[in-house]
Amino acid sequence: MSWTKKILRVNLSSGTCTEEPLNMEWANDYLGQRGLATRYIVEETDPACDPLGPDNKLIMATGPLTGTMASTGGRYSVICKSPLTNAIACSNSGGFFGAELKFAGWDMVIFEGRAASPMYLSIEDNVAKLHPADDLWGKSCWEADKQLRTKHQDPQTRIAIVGRSAEQGCLYAAVVNDLHRAAGRSGVGTVMASKNLKAVVCRGTLGLGNIDNPEAFMETTKAGKAVLAENAVTGQGLPAYGTQVLMNVINEVGALPTRNMRETQFEGAANVSAEAMAEPRKSDGKPNLTTNGACFSCTIACGRISTIDRTHFSVKDKPEYWINSGGLEYEAAWALGPDTGVDDIDALTYANFLCNEDGMDPISFGSTVAAAMELFEEGAITTEQTDGVELKFGSAEALCWAAEVTAKGEGFGRDIGMGSKRLCEKYGRPELSMTVKGQEFPAYDPRGIQGIGLAYATSNRGACHLRGYTIASEILGIPVKTDPLESEGKADLVKAFQDATAAVDSAGLCVFTTFAWTMDDIAPQVDAACAGDWSPERMMEVGERIWNMEREYNAKAGLTAADDRLPERLTTLPANAGPATGKVSELDKMLPAYYTVRGWNADGTVTSDTHQRLGLPG
Amino acid sequence: MKITFKLYATLGDLLPSNAVRNVSTIEVPEDASLHNIIDKYHVPRELAHLVLINGVFVCDADRDQAGILKENDVLAIWPPVAGG
Repeated sequence: MSWTKKILRVNLSSGTCTEEPLNMEWANDYLGQRGLATRYIVEETDPACDPLGPDNKLIMATGPLTGTMASTGGRYSVICKSPLTNAIACSNSGGFFGAELKFAGWDMVIFEGRAASPMYLSIEDNVAKLHPADDLWGKSCWEADKQLRTKHQDPQTRIAIVGRSAEQGCLYAAVVNDLHRAAGRSGVGTVMASKNLKAVVCRGTLGLGNIDNPEAFMETTKAGKAVLAENAVTGQGLPAYGTQVLMNVINEVGALPTRNMRETQFEGAANVSAEAMAEPRKSDGKPNLTTNGACFSCTIACGRISTIDRTHFSVKDKPEYWINSGGLEYEAAWALGPDTGVDDIDALTYANFLCNEDGMDPISFGSTVAAAMELFEEGAITTEQTDGVELKFGSAEALCWAAEVTAKGEGFGRDIGMGSKRLCEKYGRPELSMTVKGQEFPAYDPRGIQGIGLAYATSNRGACHLRGYTIASEILGIPVKTDPLESEGKADLVKAFQDATAAVDSAGLCVFTTFAWTMDDIAPQVDAACAGDWSPERMMEVGERIWNMEREYNAKAGLTAADDRLPERLTTLPANAGPATGKVSELDKMLPAYYTVRGWNADGTVTSDTHQRLGLPG
Repeated sequence: MKITFKLYATLGDLLPSNAVRNVSTIEVPEDASLHNIIDKYHVPRELAHLVLINGVFVCDADRDQAGILKENDVLAIWPPVAGG
């Protein structure tokens, strides 16, 4: 088993909380978390619905290994239709909230309707209640979290919450849990706020006693942990340097998107790298990085806990930010740094703190600021819009100001909160938006790393690295090294990464385990925990089924092959530095091959054969 | 001839004392192989995972090739790392 087999359904329109059994037939086909929750979304919602209307539903879902002793078994996802992309959204988070939800006895919580006034949900084991949250509305995630802790008086309570950016309609607002972990992408926080739901406060004491084969589970999870510990990446590299170690790597290979992807190498990369985070600073002799941190049950511990230099302009008069909090991870550091041309590590850390404090996806935020900076430099926006701020590439002051006004939805912050696509459209330069399906790119340039361009273009939730992290193979040599400048063979690579990731997500594990684990390490853990035979082949089939189900949802939401496109800049403006100099993304070569590998029609629709083979709904 | 030599992450401490951050300039013979340089600076071969010349990956089999470097090339090395 390992599923609790129980769902909590919360109707915010009627104010009711009801228990219902988990659909185990679906669990067998979609495993849990991402896959299983999307199956419910497909069943219960109209893909054409308004993402911010009451007909959209939002699910917080765990996987069968969430809350277990499997390494990294603490993940949950937030699934709904995205207001940023109008496609399916599924944002995954670590921390401790997901495991707590499981300990309270729930596989998932489905939120439907819309409350008439702000509410929050409390869950204490079997008891779920909605409470008025008028006094929390208008507060940041951090303030509201503190207030709820004071009220509930249980230090072991875990809280998932939305900030002011979500309340103000920022289209890439996150759901933040445990203060600085987040279901970050695609505006899942915006959907939560649209339902007038401020927070979920959870305390679980029931534990998790329903492992199918406890003895085998002990053995397989122990073996899995040994693999992670002995692997140089998961045992040494990630805990010591975090994901930020990639800053210098990606810059060296000439695929670090710089200044809104105009360039492919950033002269200031070393100043905002993992190595820089470890250097003592002049003011107090302490480094930016305080320590690493782990999510529930994780034996990798890649997380960064950091401080900002107290003498830095951003915080010198703000002692409330003289704290240790979630520090820079690579994708966030890239969006806030190289993409905006800012190489001030304290400014980046401050902007990152604000993204956590008020629940903004730092990738989309930073990329949108980068687009705004280009619009400013091109004269499409002026100081008239920006309240006098010179919104230029490289300005740390402008970055910090942008974070402050966007977090609160003030002035030009409302424009930045629309995301890059809508911002660039509003100011008449849509070609300056570096997005796919309306979602901003992460930190790898598709001109210098060909496979990731295909992964961005075909990602079901818009541009994203976590839907098929081909960087592992193309740059890092995991599991095998492929040539990043070669587009041949990347269709198969992308499909394999996409399917495997969908399965890992749906188990409740962290995708970072796959730097060391293969499906041969993962499937035995799932098999021991869950009833039925869970072979590596079945896991991959589940992943493929989930991918195709998401694709069909998006098709019904109105997306077509025309949405599998990269911005023209990446297919026409050659890389200007590094090994990829002169190259553009060869998406047009890869995309038809990808459709074929997927078993889709030439127009990108799922064939009826593939639909039947995978047993897809509808 | 002179080349730029970069060691990152846990390998940074192995750079010569003239290094600034993770970068130094070193003198190497024209017929040096990458393994010659890796060994000279006491980089354990199993930790020389990501080896790049001017940003392009050099596979293990080519690291014994003499004369693979040119004047002013950039040799950058990482232990096994990942992120995302």
